Amino acid sequence: MNRAGVTSKQLFFLGLLGLSLILLATGPRYAPMYTIILLTAIFMYIILTMSWVIFSGPTGYISLAPAAFFGVGIYTSAILGKALPLLIVVAVGGLASSCLALFAGTLTLRLRGIYFAIFTFGLVELIKHLLLYWEIHFTGTRGRFVIVVDHTTVYYVMPGILVVLLLTAYLIRRSKFGLALQSIGDNEEAAAHIGINVTALKVVTFAISAFFTGSAGAIMATRWTYVDPYIAFNPLFSFMPVLMAIFGGMGRFYGPIIGAIIFGYLEEVLITRFPYYYMLLFGSILVIAILYLPHGLVGLIQRKGDLARKHANS
Amino acid sequence: MTQVLDVVIAGLLLGGLYALIAMGLSLQYGVARVLNVSHGEFIMLGGMTTWMLYNGFGINPLIAVAICGPGAFILGFILHRTMFKRLLAMSASPGIFEGNSMLASFGLLFIIQNIAFMIWGPEIRGYSYLAFPVDLAGALFGANRLVTLGFAIAIGLAFYTFLARTRMGKAIRAAAQDPMTAGLLGVDINLVLALCFGFGAAMASIAGVLISISYPVNATMGLEYTIIAIIVVVLGGLGSIPGSFIGGFILGIVGSIVTSIEPGLSLVAYYVIFMLLLLVKPTGILGR
Repeated sequence: MNRAGVTSKQLFFLGLLGLSLILLATGPRYAPMYTIILLTAIFMYIILTMSWVIFSGPTGYISLAPAAFFGVGIYTSAILGKALPLLIVVAVGGLASSCLALFAGTLTLRLRGIYFAIFTFGLVELIKHLLLYWEIHFTGTRGRFVIVVDHTTVYYVMPGILVVLLLTAYLIRRSKFGLALQSIGDNEEAAAHIGINVTALKVVTFAISAFFTGSAGAIMATRWTYVDPYIAFNPLFSFMPVLMAIFGGMGRFYGPIIGAIIFGYLEEVLITRFPYYYMLLFGSILVIAILYLPHGLVGLIQRKGDLARKHANS
Repeated sequence: MTQVLDVVIAGLLLGGLYALIAMGLSLQYGVARVLNVSHGEFIMLGGMTTWMLYNGFGINPLIAVAICGPGAFILGFILHRTMFKRLLAMSASPGIFEGNSMLASFGLLFIIQNIAFMIWGPEIRGYSYLAFPVDLAGALFGANRLVTLGFAIAIGLAFYTFLARTRMGKAIRAAAQDPMTAGLLGVDINLVLALCFGFGAAMASIAGVLISISYPVNATMGLEYTIIAIIVVVLGGLGSIPGSFIGGFILGIVGSIVTSIEPGLSLVAYYVIFMLLLLVKPTGILGR
């Protein structure tokens, strides 16, 4: 492979990226409302997936807590939405989720493997039922109305969060911090022995990842207008990020993003076209992806690339 | 005093059911290493099939046990032979296999639940069978719930004997301790794991039959029972049949005490127990 080829390829991708950014930024001026709403949903899924990958990707701990963080964000928005400006609500939603993650992480990150997954899933259900009990017995309502924000504002805030998230994820991946996380995933005991403060690192990363999930929840709530504990703490928001990350492939930075885009779009199409078979199709894709694409789409692309290179060499 | 007795007996009746559900999951997770999140869906399949057989063809629910049990066994056996065996061969380490197989079973959950929706719809179904009251030391209970407890204990004892006394049982225990070494010593490990998965599915579906005798059933009931099963399995200790029973009865009694004070909080109480347990002793009461 020659150097000139690489640069022109990079230029091409940069150009493509720039073009799509311009299209996305000016979208609300001419695109139909449906497209804008669809794009917002896809951005949301990218945020959920990437923030899951920040923590679970390098460390290998499967967290099923995203739904809890997402729900905390949603309820922050429902409670504070009328009192504070939108951007502050989004930030507070993220911080509240971070606090939950700090607390839960300190308690549980000693647990290894599957126990951590079960615990985090239990956390979602625990908060859901406690909240339901609280709402029925003390506030006397089951659900809450959220202040309405117009679609265009939501459409611009969501990518804003995403950009900060992508920068954070990139910096973590490229720094000493990221290397330390990776070494925890490879061999936790060895990582502790070479002087990495394993627990602190895990808890902090967990909290960072929760921040973005929570702020996505806070902004998304304004689009739903009505929430109750079952909507806000829907376990599907825990599985979706895991699924999208695995489907896209975690070997490359862009893998989970591709997974989230494809799945976000697929979900919309499946729900509108096949509302009665949606879960069946969804489950089948999940099973097939795990059985036949262990390294995700990225793995598939890489294998194709390797084969092509072999042919070129021989 | 009678009130206390009431609560305790209700807890024991509930606990028998929980023990049976947990025993199935304990086999699937403790031996086959699959944290089968679709466990509850097999319970649902058992319950809904029994309802259909009773309502449509007038078949006695106790005969449905003999239909649902083997049916679920075959389904579970085939699932392990096709899906989880492939995953096991593919995964680099046991930890990766646990993660992958859990995610795959989430896929199964969605598929089974959707199929059940297509067949039976979302309505809550129930029927009346053996619903006459029985006097238990001054407390009144439905005969159907006593039958449930009887079945749970009988199946538990039978399975315990099978594990303790037969050659296949010994192979299963060996596989639970160390699959690699068991394989080296001539145990057909893939067969044993598939059998365990099948047994687990069969127990779930029999539990489903028993649940449908005493409680209403619907297509989305599965996940709640899965979570209870996971809690009981962790409480009792992985892969331990007596542990499942102890855990089941403890959770049943706790559930019935909390329900008698504040019905809305029983699930919350389960989670609190579960989380405390994970923090204090993640290996469970009888765990190694």
